[in-house]
Amino acid sequence: MSTPEKKRIRGRLIFFSLLALGLLLAAVFADRLTPFDPNAQDMSASLQAPGGVHLAGTDRFGRDMFSRILVGLRTSLLATLTLVAVITVAGTVAGVLAGYLGGAPDAVLMRISDVCLAFPGLVFAMAIAALLNGGIGNAVLALALISWPKYARIARSQTLTVKSSNYIAAVRLSGSGPVKMIGKHILPNILGPVLVTSMLDIGTMLMELAGLSFLGLGAQPPTAELGNMMSGGRSMLQTYPWVVLGPGVAIFITVVVFNLLGDAVRDYLDPHSGKR
Amino acid sequence: MRNYVLKRLLQLIPILLVITFLSFGMMRLAGSDAVLQKMENTGMVVSQEVIDKARAELGLDKPFLTQYFVWLKNLLHGDMGTSYISGKEVFPTFLSKLPATLLLTAVSIGLTIVISIPLGVLAAVKQNRFTDYLIRFCSFIGNSMPNFFVALLLMFFFSIRLGWFPVISDGVGAKSVALPALTLAIAMSAKYLRQVRATVLDELGKSYVTGARARGVRFSVTLVRSVLKASLVTIITLLTLSIGSLLGGTAIVESIFLWDGVGKLAVDAISMRDYPMIQAYVMWMAIIYVGINLITDLSYRLLDPRIRLGGMEV
Repeated sequence: MSTPEKKRIRGRLIFFSLLALGLLLAAVFADRLTPFDPNAQDMSASLQAPGGVHLAGTDRFGRDMFSRILVGLRTSLLATLTLVAVITVAGTVAGVLAGYLGGAPDAVLMRISDVCLAFPGLVFAMAIAALLNGGIGNAVLALALISWPKYARIARSQTLTVKSSNYIAAVRLSGSGPVKMIGKHILPNILGPVLVTSMLDIGTMLMELAGLSFLGLGAQPPTAELGNMMSGGRSMLQTYPWVVLGPGVAIFITVVVFNLLGDAVRDYLDPHSGKR
Repeated sequence: MRNYVLKRLLQLIPILLVITFLSFGMMRLAGSDAVLQKMENTGMVVSQEVIDKARAELGLDKPFLTQYFVWLKNLLHGDMGTSYISGKEVFPTFLSKLPATLLLTAVSIGLTIVISIPLGVLAAVKQNRFTDYLIRFCSFIGNSMPNFFVALLLMFFFSIRLGWFPVISDGVGAKSVALPALTLAIAMSAKYLRQVRATVLDELGKSYVTGARARGVRFSVTLVRSVLKASLVTIITLLTLSIGSLLGGTAIVESIFLWDGVGKLAVDAISMRDYPMIQAYVMWMAIIYVGINLITDLSYRLLDPRIRLGGMEV
């Protein structure tokens, strides 16, 4: 690979990292950034069109949509990042252990993940979230339960590849224990593909989480969350479309940024995969 | 072939047992007791004795596994209990809504095939040229929008602004199915198109393509006769793999467009915590999904002689 292309990929990675970081900071510090109190009702200013004082208009209760979108983004994005972190860690731990130990643990893990993959994921997530009675935490849990096997499979197959390589045999000959072996020699070598998968999953997970909220299975009103805001404003699509489309555009922008970041991470770590 | 089909059908049994067991177990996990739930819904205040008696009648005082087998036996007779909300039998209600969902799914898959296979092949053939970038850009945009947002956008532009389609589906018809099917097809095509492109690119990179060109075979002939034919198995597999997310997606889309299928039924049931209905939905969706996967596996053997003749018959 030529150096200018390497530079370009690194530039792209830095650019989208900064954009994603910007979104994340906006989400974390949403409280300080909101021009209005996101929950303050002002009936005299209800359902104003975007522009003027209220950048993204106001909703039925006169609440500032821009402030609500920022706060909603915080709920959505932080929940998504938690979800992705949980499934990445849980899946990797399970996969590495299964791959390293082999035998019965491996067989058990593979059967569990077979079962999980035999089901239509979103349908099951809906059912689990419904049984747990909604709430953003439970929506995260439901999606985590159906999503971790993918990571376990990737981590397992990577571990198996690494395990059979010569340098691991050398490490073993030099008398390393299992903890050092996994922590120092296996994990660092398998983290790339796992990390790429989780970066590329952020967008998807954000949309699925928002979908559950849209169905009333995630964050409950009055908590602002991008999915439930869209669901709440649905009946006003005809007359006051910004109440619905505003949060949708916010989801879209966030997903675009994180998907582009994921692509950049992939190209950076594995320059050949994106060349096709 | 017959042995293989038989073997695959036998393999289904444990999977079906797991599906039914999970569906049953989930209901119990919910901590919802059919008796208490019914009493709560009707607002009756009753003594513990009445509750115990009703429980005994329903067999709820028996051990968990016994209850499961009783439930399974009833299931085989098409009895999945009654809805907590409407009091109607769950299974017939579910069956009556199923055709609408199957129609929607079929139209979406049809649209997906029509949209993504030609575009995917075109993008592969024009790799790294403007057409390719444009198609990939569209697929990227489609990939970054949740289906409920796509649904609302389509509704806003085509139903409300342009008035081409009804806002609320007026029964099962061509005009009503268009937007929900298009919504699902957009989400599916965005992913699928990339996979088609990658598969065809893989095939185009093989040496026989260069060989054919060297022998003076027209590119269009190679493309249709060899490349597409060879890519077909992968393309079909990838399509069926995405049906799982399609099944989940129908729930949201149906409830937005008020399309009267099982997805909407499930969403309504979820919002009212109508557990028997949710159970029926989850179980049947899982079974349909497993069935589709089975049909896919079997169809490989018809499509790809290497598998039919090869060592798969272990």
